[in-house]
Parts: sequence; structure tokens; C-alpha cells
Amino acid sequence: MKLNLLFPSLIICLFGLSISLNINAASGAPCGNYLSEDGLVKGECDEAYVDANDKASLQRGAQIYMNYCLGCHSLKYARYKKVSEDLEIPLDMFQDNLIFGDQKMGDLIQVGMDPKEAKEWFGNTPPDLTLEAGLRGPDWIYTYLKSFYIDESRPLGVNNKVYENVGMPHVLIDMQGTPRSVCKQIPLLADNGGIKQDPLTGEQLSQEKCGFLEVDGGTGELNPKEFDQAMLDLTNFLAYMTDPMKVERESIGTYVLLYLFIFTMLSYLLYREFKKDLH
Amino acid sequence: MVTRLMNWFDDRLPLTATIERHLTKYPAPINMNIWYLAGVLLVVVLVIQLASGIWLLMNYEPTAEGAFASIQYIMRDVEYGYIIRYMHTTGASAFFALIYLHMFRGMMYGSYQKPRELLWVLGWITYVLLCALGFTGYVLPWGQMSFWAAQVIMSLFGSIPYIGEDLLTWIRGDYLISGITLNRLFAFHVVLLPLALIAVVFVHILALHEVGSNNPDGVDVKKYKDEDGVPLDTKPFFPYDVMHDLYAIGVFLIFFVTIMFFYPDGGGYVIEYVNYEAADNLKTPEHIVPSWYYTPFYAMLRAVTFPLFGLSAKFLGFVVMAAGIAIFVALPWLDRSPVKSIKYKGVYSKFFLALFVVSFFVLGYLGTVTSTPGRTIAAQIFTVTYFAYFFLMPIYSKYEKCKPVPERVQLG
Repeated sequence: MKLNLLFPSLIICLFGLSISLNINAASGAPCGNYLSEDGLVKGECDEAYVDANDKASLQRGAQIYMNYCLGCHSLKYARYKKVSEDLEIPLDMFQDNLIFGDQKMGDLIQVGMDPKEAKEWFGNTPPDLTLEAGLRGPDWIYTYLKSFYIDESRPLGVNNKVYENVGMPHVLIDMQGTPRSVCKQIPLLADNGGIKQDPLTGEQLSQEKCGFLEVDGGTGELNPKEFDQAMLDLTNFLAYMTDPMKVERESIGTYVLLYLFIFTMLSYLLYREFKKDLH
Repeated sequence: MVTRLMNWFDDRLPLTATIERHLTKYPAPINMNIWYLAGVLLVVVLVIQLASGIWLLMNYEPTAEGAFASIQYIMRDVEYGYIIRYMHTTGASAFFALIYLHMFRGMMYGSYQKPRELLWVLGWITYVLLCALGFTGYVLPWGQMSFWAAQVIMSLFGSIPYIGEDLLTWIRGDYLISGITLNRLFAFHVVLLPLALIAVVFVHILALHEVGSNNPDGVDVKKYKDEDGVPLDTKPFFPYDVMHDLYAIGVFLIFFVTIMFFYPDGGGYVIEYVNYEAADNLKTPEHIVPSWYYTPFYAMLRAVTFPLFGLSAKFLGFVVMAAGIAIFVALPWLDRSPVKSIKYKGVYSKFFLALFVVSFFVLGYLGTVTSTPGRTIAAQIFTVTYFAYFFLMPIYSKYEKCKPVPERVQLG
């Protein structure tokens, strides 16, 4: 038996076995009760197209963060100075507009709130968010930020589709407007994927489905599209926070790879020369 | 000048003799193939880990209060600190990937058979040391997964009958995983274990050069020698193997650097996402999973779900897991085959080796996911087939029909 045939056949065996034992069961829904726009998928996050090179988006995200989030959520592993450098925000402008209180440019980004009091107010100390995008992933954060809705049964009057019964208030409600969880009629799908029709009248059938998010028109400073973009900027900023070296890292990596390709090519040629002696 | 300098050294140290014995005149079989690269690449990774480890050590703070923040300090404020750390994390995964290939090569070509039993045992010791290094190093960042993986693995010692609880407290140095535990794992990770690893690797290479490399045909290349006493089917390690290895190292580093610079998390396998959160002893993560390189053994641990002979399921699982790692050392004495290489072994050896590989991969997968009843049954089946390779070996390797082994190595 040829050994190079052994491995493809092993891999095929592996797949066969895993299917037959049903060990590839789907994992849980990452985004809780969040409904997709067409109402067909529950728990899938919206994709956040983060881009570490989009400085304008990162700057807008930083602005939102410093104004709305930093009151409770620290970024205690990062320093103001590095943020201002990486995001290309001039030092004095950064100092005047994005640093509050008596913190210095070289300081770590802390909150003034006492963690003990915060726990009393919200039931839990608001977590540090420096590494949140690494822990949850940008998609989760993006979807979470868009998923608050009015729920009078909760102590703070709001709830979240992604993170059920979260202790966080809807800080961005002025920006977004009043979001509500509503029911909608959605088309009933047939087994073949098309819309089910009434066999007698030919009318398209629909069903009621609840859990959609809708913002009361005219209540927010931003329209829904602008709000989504603002949340994407904020997500982008948090993704940058987790991995601030991404741009530099990938640029260095490209040069290292280039060098290695040349090195490998030359060493291959050298090896080929020596190999000629052997046979 | 150079000659005089070398003579000066040679009178005081066997310098030329050592270089000739281990480099310029070490006879390497001419039919070595790609599987033989794992060994040299392991040495490369060892150097990467030692170098990057020393630099990490310069900025790491081994306390429960400061460890997690000091890692972020390395990632953000230390110049090129993130490169050093990613080098070390990628290196850890590469170390295990390569050592598994290296071990599999030995199993495939019977490199553990006489006269290489001791060589194999020494190699097995490096593997065990590497497991210990991997575990202790994994705890040091003091993230959630670090903490809870330490909790789960250390609690296994608590399942030992009678002495378990006291032993556990002694190992942890505390009644729960704490900064004291972190400190001792730190001491092991940066002093004791690397020292031991370097020493054993050194002896491993010495032993290799004593008995000589095996080859894919498993024939003894020392049988036919030319008039100078150099085995015919060999080439000197330098320059032929060195040039070949240089090229291979280049190819390997391209893969290594791609992960390191472009996918440092490795999809959550090189750095677990849960470890982005600092250790919190009041908050248990949803799924506690070990690093990918331990998952086959973790699946074995979880596969034992029933108590037996008055021993708890947890303790039995621990025993099975430890046996899964320990059993490799017995291979030289389990294999009764007259031939070394799988090429000339009978169909049963081929079947059981294939079964072993499948079991290893399936268990590895099962160790990464949450358990369901179906998965537990799968883990039990594959734990049995994993051990079948070893325990049935004295029988199938002895009675199967082997192909005739050629006198000299086969090329092409």
C-alpha cells in the first residue's frame, strides 16, 4: 500500500465517521434572540465590516466611545497617547475634546466611577472593554449595540435581544430614537423555498412573527442608516482597541514574508546544486 | 592561523572530533524523506521559544494582580512586544504540531525498534516535558481560560483516592488556584522545565548520533560500507542535509510567519478568545477547553463516565488520560515485528496504525466541543481503538505476514 494514499483515505474515513456519529452538531446561537431582517434566522449576528485602515471611522468611533461609553467602561490596558497617535488625531485636539477630568496623555484610560457603587447601580460592575472585541468578536458587539428595545418590566426600562436581561441602560437612545420589539407579518415559506400560496385563491400566505426591532420614527437624532454606521464606527474602534497593532503587524509581516520567499528560493537553488553530487 | 587555533582547541577539547561526529561526517541515510524534517524543525522552534521566552520574561509580571495587565503591556507599550508574544504563542502550537509529526514518523518507520529504544524513550520524555511546559505556560497570562484550565487539570489530582485532597492543596500551595499557584507554575515554566527540556533534547541527539538515523525502509545502512568505513547508503550531514534543511526551514518559516503576523489567534486555536478576559474565580466560562494539542487526551478523560471498582469516574478518566500519554513509551517492547518500516509490515499493522491516526484526530475534535450523549459514545469507541493499536500490537505484529525487506535502501 502506498503511504501517500493512506492519508487521503484516512481523511475520508474521518469525515464518514463524524457524520455517522452526528458529532458535528451545530453550536448555539451567538447572538441570543436577535432576528435577522427577513425574520428567518434567529441568533445569528449581523456582520460588522471592521476596517483598521479606515481612520475616519475609527476617529468617529473614538468620539462616540469617549462621550457615551467611557463614563462607565474603562479601556484600562490602553493609553490616550497611543490612541491619538494611531488614529491620527492631533494631540491638542485630542486633549481638548476627548480627555475628560485631569487625566494625562500618557495615562491608561480609566473611569472615574467607583466600581463598588457601579455594582450597586447596575447589579454588576461595567466591564472593561479594551479586549471585548477579542472576547466576543466585532459582529457580536455591532449587533448588541443595535439590539436594545423598550421593556418596562426591566429595572432600567430597556432590554436587549442579543444579551437578554442585560444590566446596561440604552445610553444611545437619544441618538437612535425609541426602539421597540414588534410583531410583523412575514411570508410563509413552502418546502421548496418559495412563498406558500393558498391552493384555492392563489393568495400568498403570511404568518405573524414577533421580536423584530423597530424605531419610532422621528425620535432619534440619526436615521436608522446613520445609526447603523455610527455603531459600526464604534465597533471598529473597539476592534482596534483589542488589536491596536494590526496595521503595523501586517505591514511588517508582508516584508518578513517577502524576505523569506527570497531566502527560501535561494536556499532551494543551493540545495539543488548540492543534490547533483548525490546521484 | 585557523589551523593553529583549531589545534590549540583540539588539545584541550575534542572540538574537531565533535564537529565531525555530529555535523560534517555524520552519515545520514540517502533515502530520508519529508517526514524526517520534523526533527530539525523542532530544534528551530526550540530556539524560537527560548529566545522569545527570554524577551517576554523581561516584561512579564508573575503575580495574580499584575499578570494579565503585563501581557497587555507587552502587547501595546513594549516596542515590538506583540511580535515577541505572538512568536511565543505560535511557537507553542508549532512545537506540538511538529512533535506529533515527529512521533508519527517514528511509529510509521519503526524508529523505536532495537537499537533505538533509548532514543525513543528520551524523545518521549521531551514530549512529556513539552506537555508540562505547554500547561504551565498556558496559565501564565492569567486569563479566564488560563485560570479554569488550571482549575480543571489540577483538580484531577484531587480525584486520587485517600490522598487526593491533601495532594491537591500541596500542589496548588493554596486552597484554590491563586497567585501562589501562578508563582510556582511560573518557576517551573521558566527555569526547571526548559532546563530539563534542553538537557533531554541534547541527550536525545547524542543518542541519535550513536545509533544513527533510521530510514523509511528501516534497513540498517551500516551493513554495507566503503573502504573508508563510511556506510554506502549515506551522505554527510554537512553540507547535504544542512542545505536541504535550510530550504525546509525557509518553507516552514513562511507558514509560521503567516500565522504569526496575519492570523495570530489561529481561529481561537493558538490564542483562545475566552482568554481575552482576565481570570475571575467567581465566573466559570461556558465551555472549558484545553489547547488543541491536549484535546485527544481531554476527550479520553471525559469519555470515562462510570465509576468502577469503587474508584470515581473522574479518577479513572485521569488514569486513562495519563495512560494515553504514557503508553507511547512502551512501543519498543510492544512491537514484535521482525521488520521496522510500515512499508514492509503486514496488513494488520497498517490497519491499526491507520485506526490509531483516525482515533487521535476524532478524539482531538471531540475534545474541542461540548459533550453530548452521541459524542460521549464516540469518545468511548475511539478511546478503545486508540489503545487497541498499542495493546494488540504484540499479537498482530508477531503473527502477521510481512513483506521481504531489501538489503539496501530503495530510492524513488
